[in-house]
Amino acid sequence: MKVPVVTEILKANDQVAGENRELFDQLGLRVINVMASPGAGKTSTILATLERLPESIRPGVIEGDVASSIDADKIAEREVPVVQINTGGNCHLDAPMVRSALQHLPLDELELLFIENVGNLICPANYRLGSDLNLVIGSVPEGHDKPFKYPGMFTGADVVVLNKEDLAEVFEFDHAEYERGIRMVNPGVPVFRVSCKTGDGVDEWVAWLVERLERVRASAHA
Amino acid sequence: MHELPATQGLLDVALDAARKAGASRIRSIDLVVGDLTSFVDDSIQFYFDIISRDTPAEGAELRFRREPAEGRCGECGHTFPVKPPVPRLCPECGSLTLRIEGGREFYVDSIEVDE
Repeated sequence: MKVPVVTEILKANDQVAGENRELFDQLGLRVINVMASPGAGKTSTILATLERLPESIRPGVIEGDVASSIDADKIAEREVPVVQINTGGNCHLDAPMVRSALQHLPLDELELLFIENVGNLICPANYRLGSDLNLVIGSVPEGHDKPFKYPGMFTGADVVVLNKEDLAEVFEFDHAEYERGIRMVNPGVPVFRVSCKTGDGVDEWVAWLVERLERVRASAHA
Repeated sequence: MHELPATQGLLDVALDAARKAGASRIRSIDLVVGDLTSFVDDSIQFYFDIISRDTPAEGAELRFRREPAEGRCGECGHTFPVKPPVPRLCPECGSLTLRIEGGREFYVDSIEVDE
């Protein structure tokens, strides 16, 4: 006997992601899912962003990693509330992991939450967390062909930050090709070129982020 | 590692559907998988054979229907199926103005069961 099913396989995750999102909306908390390959500069970009955020925006961070608390320790040094999730080998964060991490953060005091996903350009794209902004960080040494090889990751991005721009000449990085690859699957998505090392371009990215947060806040109060 | 949680999700969906249908055993599961999801059929099957042991889905055959993404040329309007790595140029006219959509499907379409 054939039984029609037509059910999304990741619906259990999506359901929890929806609940996370509801909670974030109630709290007025904006949440960024930070995705990138290992070593692209997720933690560096978060740190550079934290440094430049206006004081009125109080941030927190969830650090996802296969193991260790190296990244969480770096954030904690800045006296920003942080909680570490070790996935124990799992290659992405999922919505239930985020939900259980939330109880360790002073959510009432926060306006902006960064969730640093596990370094990986594949699986994190398939698991919603309840975030309202998906940030994909690329980096120059990875090469300008990455959007063509990992289109799924770039499809869901709300914004792309290309890090290690200071190395563009050394790696003969073709920005036009990179951005064409991104816009092929995701037209109109903003792409910022930054170097977390020199600080170049970071102000522009943070200005865009703050502007977006203010717009969301204004529409929530409207 | 990548396919394990996804396979667990697929097993849960199939077992739930079988239970609701009052079925005692699942013979096969028809899945639809988009080509941009990065899920690998063999790897899903591998995990499925392990985690379905001692469930009504043990020994079930997984049948994969692959859905490519669709490429559309902004220049000549040519449409064509796309799998990663996505092409740089329109295969018809060589234009760089491609738009790619779809290929993100991941669902259980139906199951075949014994009553």
